[in-house]
Order: sequence, then C-alpha cells, then structure tokens
Amino acid sequence: MQLRTYIIRRVLLLIPVLVGVSLFIFGITMSFSPTQRAMLYIQDAKQMDALDTIIRQYGLDRPFVIQYGTWLGQVLRGNLGYSKIVSKPVWNAIWYFLPATLELAIFACPLIILLGIFFGTKAAAHKDKPIDHATRVAAILGWSLPLFWLGLILIMVFYGFFRGLLPPDRLSLQMDLLVNSAAFTRYTHINTLDAILNLNGAVLLDALRHLVLPVVTLSVTHMAFIMRIMRSSMLESLGKGYILTARAKGLDERVVVGKHARRNALIPVLTVSGYLFAGLAGGMVITETIFNYTGIGWWAWMSAVNLDIPSVLGFALFSAVLFVLVNLVVDILYTRVDPRVRLGGGVQ
Amino acid sequence: MSDWRFTVRQLIKNPLSLAGVIIIAIFIIIAIFAPLIAPTPAGHLNPYMIPRDGYVAQPQPPSEEHILGTTQGQYDIFYGVIWGTRSAFRVALVVMAITILIGILLGSLAGYFGGLLDEIIMRITDIFLAFPFLILAMAIVLALGPSLKSVIIALTAVWWPSYARLIRGDILQLREEDYVEAARGLGASSSRVILRHVLPNAIYPTLIMASLDIGAVVLSAAGLSFLGLGAPEGYADWGQMTEFARNWMVGPPSDPFKYWYAVITPGVFILFFVLGWNLLGDAFRDIFDPRLARR
Repeated sequence: MQLRTYIIRRVLLLIPVLVGVSLFIFGITMSFSPTQRAMLYIQDAKQMDALDTIIRQYGLDRPFVIQYGTWLGQVLRGNLGYSKIVSKPVWNAIWYFLPATLELAIFACPLIILLGIFFGTKAAAHKDKPIDHATRVAAILGWSLPLFWLGLILIMVFYGFFRGLLPPDRLSLQMDLLVNSAAFTRYTHINTLDAILNLNGAVLLDALRHLVLPVVTLSVTHMAFIMRIMRSSMLESLGKGYILTARAKGLDERVVVGKHARRNALIPVLTVSGYLFAGLAGGMVITETIFNYTGIGWWAWMSAVNLDIPSVLGFALFSAVLFVLVNLVVDILYTRVDPRVRLGGGVQ
Repeated sequence: MSDWRFTVRQLIKNPLSLAGVIIIAIFIIIAIFAPLIAPTPAGHLNPYMIPRDGYVAQPQPPSEEHILGTTQGQYDIFYGVIWGTRSAFRVALVVMAITILIGILLGSLAGYFGGLLDEIIMRITDIFLAFPFLILAMAIVLALGPSLKSVIIALTAVWWPSYARLIRGDILQLREEDYVEAARGLGASSSRVILRHVLPNAIYPTLIMASLDIGAVVLSAAGLSFLGLGAPEGYADWGQMTEFARNWMVGPPSDPFKYWYAVITPGVFILFFVLGWNLLGDAFRDIFDPRLARR
C-alpha cells in the first residue's frame, strides 16, 4: 500500500473515534441542568445575565440529538464555552496557556527521552551487573514516586533551604513586569525563546531558574518508563543474529551496542511515545499546580477546583484530539523508521 | 495449583520482589489492625475521618500526644496515615476488581463472538483510550461531583478499556486452541466454553497485569486527591494529607525545614505502598515473560 493511501485511511479511521469522544463529552454535559449547560455558549461576562435567553436560543430543553448537533456546530466553530477564572472564552484560554506548557515540554521531553535511552542502553549492555541493578532500582523508585510529593520536597529544599535559589511560578515579579512592558516583544510567549529573540540575558536566566524544578519533577517520574522499555528492547535486539555477526567480525563493543543494537531497539521507544504524551499531559496538571506554573495544566486544575465545567470539558476535548493526532503521527513515523512494517496490516 | 507454588518460590528467591512482598504484608497488617494501632477516640463517629485537635491552621511538630505531629488544621498525622492505609487498599482493590470484571465481561464477549459486537465494544474502548488518562479521570470526577466514590468510578472508567482489550486478545488466541474446538465439538454451550475452558486460561495474565497496575491506580487516586478532587476534607487519605502540606513547604528563613513532618510523612506512605506493588509486579513480569527470563 502507498504511504499516502495509508495516511488517508488512518485519518478516516479517526473520524469515528472523534465523533465518539465528542459524544462522550457531550453526554457528560447533558448530566447538568440547562442553566449550567448554557454556560457553554457564553462568550463574555455580559452574557451571564441573559442565561434564560440563551437556553431558549440554543434549545437547551430540546431532544439529545438536536442538542448534540447544535453543540457540535458550536465546538467546530471553536466555541467551547467561557472560562470564569480567566474571563476568556475557553478556546482563547487554551491558546493563552499553551505556550507555557509547551515550554515545559520542550525542556522535559528531550531530557526524558535521551536520558531514558542512555540509561536503558547502559542497563541492557551490562545486564545483571551493578549498573543494571542500580538503574532497575532507580526506575522502580521513580515509577513509584508520587510526582506531587517529589515537587513539594524539591521546593522545600531548593526554595526554602537554599533561600529562593529555584523558585516556583513562571517568572519572578520583576521579570514578569519587564516581559509585559513595551521594552520586550513577546513573539511566542515561550519565555526562554522570547528572551533569546529579545537578546535579554536576565529574562532568560530567570525563566530557566523557574523551569529547573518542574522539568526535574516531570523527568524523574517519566524517565523510568522509557528506561525500562529501552532496556528490554535492547536485550531483545542484543540477542539477534546480526549482533553475533558484528561481534564475530571483531567490531568494537561500543559500535555493536551503540549502532547495530541500539538503532533497532529504538523502535519500541517510538511506539510508546504516545503513552508518554498521555502520561505527561496528566503530569503537567499536577506539576504546574505544585509550582504555580501558569500553563494549561494549572488552568485546568484551577477550573476543576472552581467547578468550572465548560473549561475542564473543553480541556479534556482538546487534549483528546491532540492525543489522537499524536498517535497518528507516531504511527506514520513508525512506518518510516521501520522498513519491516508492512502498510496493509496483513501478514505478507 | 503448581503455577502458584512456582510463583511464590520465584518471588521469595529475588531480593527485590521479597522486599515487595514484605512491604505489602506490612501494609496489610497495618490496614487490618488500624483500630488497635491508632484507636479512634471515644465519641468519634466515623473512624475514617481524622480526629482534629483544635482548629489552628499551622501544623504542630511531633509530640507525646501526636507522635508524628499534626498537619494543617490540627489533623493527627499518625492517625491519618494509619487509617489512610485502609483507604488506599479500598480504592486500589475496588477499582481493580470492577475493572477486571468489566474487562472479563466485555473482553470475552468481544473476543469469543467477534463480529459486530466485537466491533462496537472495541470502538468504545477506542473512545476511552483517546483521552490522556488523568485528564479523563479529572473530567469524570468533576461531572460526578468530587468524592471518593467519584474517584473510584473515574479510575475504573479509565482502566477498564485496556483490560477488555487484553482479555479479548487472549481469548482470540485461546478460541483457536484444539481443546476449545474439542469442547465445542462435544456440544458445550458458548457460556460453558467461555467459563470453563477459555477464561481460566486468560485470567492469569490478567491478574499479573492487575498487580502491575495497582501502584499506578493508587498514585492516580492520590494525585486526584492532591488536586482537591478526592475525599472530603479530613478523610484519612494520603493524597489529601500531602495537599494539606502545600501551604507549609517552606518554613521561616531561620528554620526552612520547620514543617518537614507534614510534608514528608504522608508521601512516604504513598511511596512505599506503590513501591511494594511495583516491586511485586516487576517480579511477576519477569517470571511470566519467559522470553526475557531466559536471557
């Protein structure tokens, strides 16, 4: 099968999933009263007074199917409701908070993946040696660590004991004022990137100081996952015939492990990166909450504790669509990376 | 069953899994004897609500009366962590039990009968699996109203699809086995074939997966509680007790670790509980994945 046909088929297969996801989210909203549901259609604070009109206008007392149609029409136009906490439509709130979360991901993901691959390879290459046992224990510990608890301890040590060395929040107050002043252009709202584009070292340093703890918290708990996958996949790879051949012809062990074995062992790591995304998405909510890092996860938490239903459901819908797309990209990449994958799905 | 004896022998042989067994055993003892270890004060109606000593916000350090100190709102930390063991077991076991039941029911229906039923059930699992799990759980808890029951329902909703799929896959394989064919040939009904011949062989991998997952269930429940979406305030719950410490991470400059007892203690219990299950699960995986064990 051609790659293009494969992609088209995969995209078409997404449609039932997305319809199902939207029905599920809509089903949850239907458990609320018409007044609560009217909040979904509110775009600004002024409309709060006209709830009854909105209920009639959108037919919130009509049958399920009709309401679903109306709702879906609105969602497709980007109307996910109104976020009370930030006084913005939910759609705008998502885009407003996304850069901060993206910034966190930009630092955390490479760390998680590269270190995970590095330690996983080391563990497999030295199977049953001290380093294998050490990484195994470290992985199980990291896997068992409550993310939020680790965050609290890190703050206690690096903010409390070391007198504000690595503070919570996204920027210190002074830098926040500077960033929002006319002297600083916010190209992307990704602080570190903006600081570089503005050639402002102070902002860059400040932003990095605020990023260290959240990035470490996210990485420690998620690295274990990649490490374990990498280890077992490396073990599998090292047992293959071509490794024996490579060793037999006297290749350096570093080349055998680092090149012949590792390249093939990387494929399973790619396939689980979808799960990594899902884990990180949840981890972001907790991490941003602990560090008062105002990203999309922090906003979702604020919305949740304030019982702001449209915001949380809008966020859930958004993250589901994103997750589905990530999985699609992973699947397509998979076919490019591993030439053994046959696109038809059948045995050939 | 020789399978079980083999498993137990393997578990005790490996120091890591032995540590897991011991940790879980200690927690089981704590849960059973909670009323003796941390007696409920006379006149205190619900033993799962932590007794409080006054209403001052500031945590108080360990003393003779409160051997592990009190956390925010004067809740006794010792009482909370001991009774919290029961809460942790309850969430983990209830979520796993319902998950496995739903998984077995839908997974075997889908796997054994195939066709349209299979297609429908699998497309439903697709929908649930399309969400990042903690975010789906958050949305469900919020829709049901934050409570411990909602957390249990939400986590079940998050976990059942992977079990339904696992069991479906096993059954698809087992369905083709000769002995199943033979039973069918002898005229056994579908339910008999499923219950007597297929399920007993599919249940073992499922239980192993469950033992691997219990730690994650407890962590997620604690996470939801920490986010303020779990048990009511004052309930003996480790996640919530960690949340109480959020305002007390940093002591005064002269004594930055002043409130360490409020921050550290509940988390240590979560860590060891989850660690125990993960050590056990890790060993299980090695025992039952002979592909890896041989190397």
